[in-house]
Amino acid sequence: MIVTITGIVALYIFMLAAFTGYEIIAKVPVILHTPLMSGSNFVHGIVVVGAMVALGHADTTLERVIGFIGVFMAAGNAAGGYVVTERMLEMFRSSGNKPKRGGH
Amino acid sequence: MEASSPFMDATTAKWLIEISYLLTAFLFVMGLKRMSSPVTARSGIVWAGAGMLVATLFTFLYPGMNNYIWIMAAIVTGTTVAWITGKRVAMTDMPQMIALYNGFGGGAAAAIAAVELLKGEQLPPVVGSLAVIGGIIGAVSFSGSLIAFGKLQGLIKRSFRFSGQQIFNLLLLATTVVLGGMVASGYNVGPNVVTSFFLLALLFGVMMTLPIGGADMPVVISLYNAFTGLAVAFEGFVMQNAAMIIAGTVVGSAGTLLTQLMAKAMNRSLGNVLFSGFGDTGTAAAAGAVSGSMKPIEASDVGVMMAFAQKVIVVPGYGMAVAQAQHKVWELCQLLLDRGVQVKFAIHPVAGRMPGHMNVLLAEAGVPYDLIADLDEINAEFETADVALIIGANDVVNPVARNDKSSPIYGMPILNADKAKNVIVIKRGQGAGFSGIENALFFLDNTRMLYGDGQAAANQLIQAVKAV
Repeated sequence: MIVTITGIVALYIFMLAAFTGYEIIAKVPVILHTPLMSGSNFVHGIVVVGAMVALGHADTTLERVIGFIGVFMAAGNAAGGYVVTERMLEMFRSSGNKPKRGGH
Repeated sequence: MEASSPFMDATTAKWLIEISYLLTAFLFVMGLKRMSSPVTARSGIVWAGAGMLVATLFTFLYPGMNNYIWIMAAIVTGTTVAWITGKRVAMTDMPQMIALYNGFGGGAAAAIAAVELLKGEQLPPVVGSLAVIGGIIGAVSFSGSLIAFGKLQGLIKRSFRFSGQQIFNLLLLATTVVLGGMVASGYNVGPNVVTSFFLLALLFGVMMTLPIGGADMPVVISLYNAFTGLAVAFEGFVMQNAAMIIAGTVVGSAGTLLTQLMAKAMNRSLGNVLFSGFGDTGTAAAAGAVSGSMKPIEASDVGVMMAFAQKVIVVPGYGMAVAQAQHKVWELCQLLLDRGVQVKFAIHPVAGRMPGHMNVLLAEAGVPYDLIADLDEINAEFETADVALIIGANDVVNPVARNDKSSPIYGMPILNADKAKNVIVIKRGQGAGFSGIENALFFLDNTRMLYGDGQAAANQLIQAVKAV
């Protein structure tokens, strides 16, 4: 890419992102553990962009087949993760006697 | 769409992609942040979803790509299949669906590694190593998650054990790592070694997960979720893709913390979960010290008892959800509330199949938040409760966890349902719980057993309370 992510830069990104993930989860109430696990499951569906590029550069049939499976599964990870997370959080909104519209 | 860099020159395309990934990383982190509070949670997934959409669309601009038809076909089919299954799955089956989608992510990371490594190009040592490590982790997460899915779905009934299993698994892992080292070292090892490496990594995921019992699966699923995150981050480095590195690492660390929280809630260490046999129905120790007998009771008597109680605490477990009884139970509680009975739901951290799962199931039935209390809030209240209604819960109310050092669940925090004046247990039959441990609560003097299917029993109780 236009900015090369070299070893030390990657380590910086890695470290800061790790802290970010830790901080986001640290204060979460237990009731949201399952939806949040599902939500983080959705987020690593970003692997779809890597799989797309890998398939886009596949040359042999074997590479294409593996790449296809990769994109297929990554898209499944993203779409499935989104749907189930959304469904779970949907119920949290409609429960109780004080409905929260649009999450604000 | 045949051009090597569609719509624009390569430099512009690359800049656009970088900017879109930056935006995606921002949306992901903000989305997860919003998901960590009940008030903003629903908008959180929408933010994250927007991030995913942006990244996916801009990646089509990536210069030098071919196989657009293949890419489109894979995205459309993958999205459709997952979307439909995700819409249809019952709330009770949510954990295994999460496992399945998570396994897909791991498999995708491994597939990226496979495509890159099969090209047989001389990769720089760091890149090659990260591709291999991400490949192992992703493959293990994939095959392991499939096994976890099979176990929770009831497709794999028994835990698979043989003597020397841990040694075997260790050797398997060692062989995989050695092959991985050969692949990563950059020597032209040929496709056979690469293929063997991935097959062994997949096999290791299967062998590692098979001996783990069903009760421990949530922790394992959460662990594999973190694994997939890491695998995505490593492959992100290989692909020089900042969005993958950031999102993967955030999930990797968040997932690790979540796994620790879950293991702690079950009073297990992670090593214990992965390498000991507990959680399996076959090996759990038979309780020797349980004495007395289970005393049955009729629904009509329970109805009277609850209708004239001052305070009723309901302890729901996964069994309630399996019987689809949560709606009936809430209907019953509404009747009691109308009569002026104080009703609360006591949720153990691992009620359901993973922490928070029971809250989701109760929310689905329409139970308001303020009636739901977690372990720390409710435990002192059992002593003042007239009735503790246990429905579908077992190990989380087993007093042996408090006082029997020989029990495998000794030390696990439990709900003190045995302290209530009357304990009513709705149970299908006399069998032991998910962990296979006999429950001393069922044999106490203040405990009565209401045998039957959760939904049918709740129905009978509704009729009984109405008749009072």
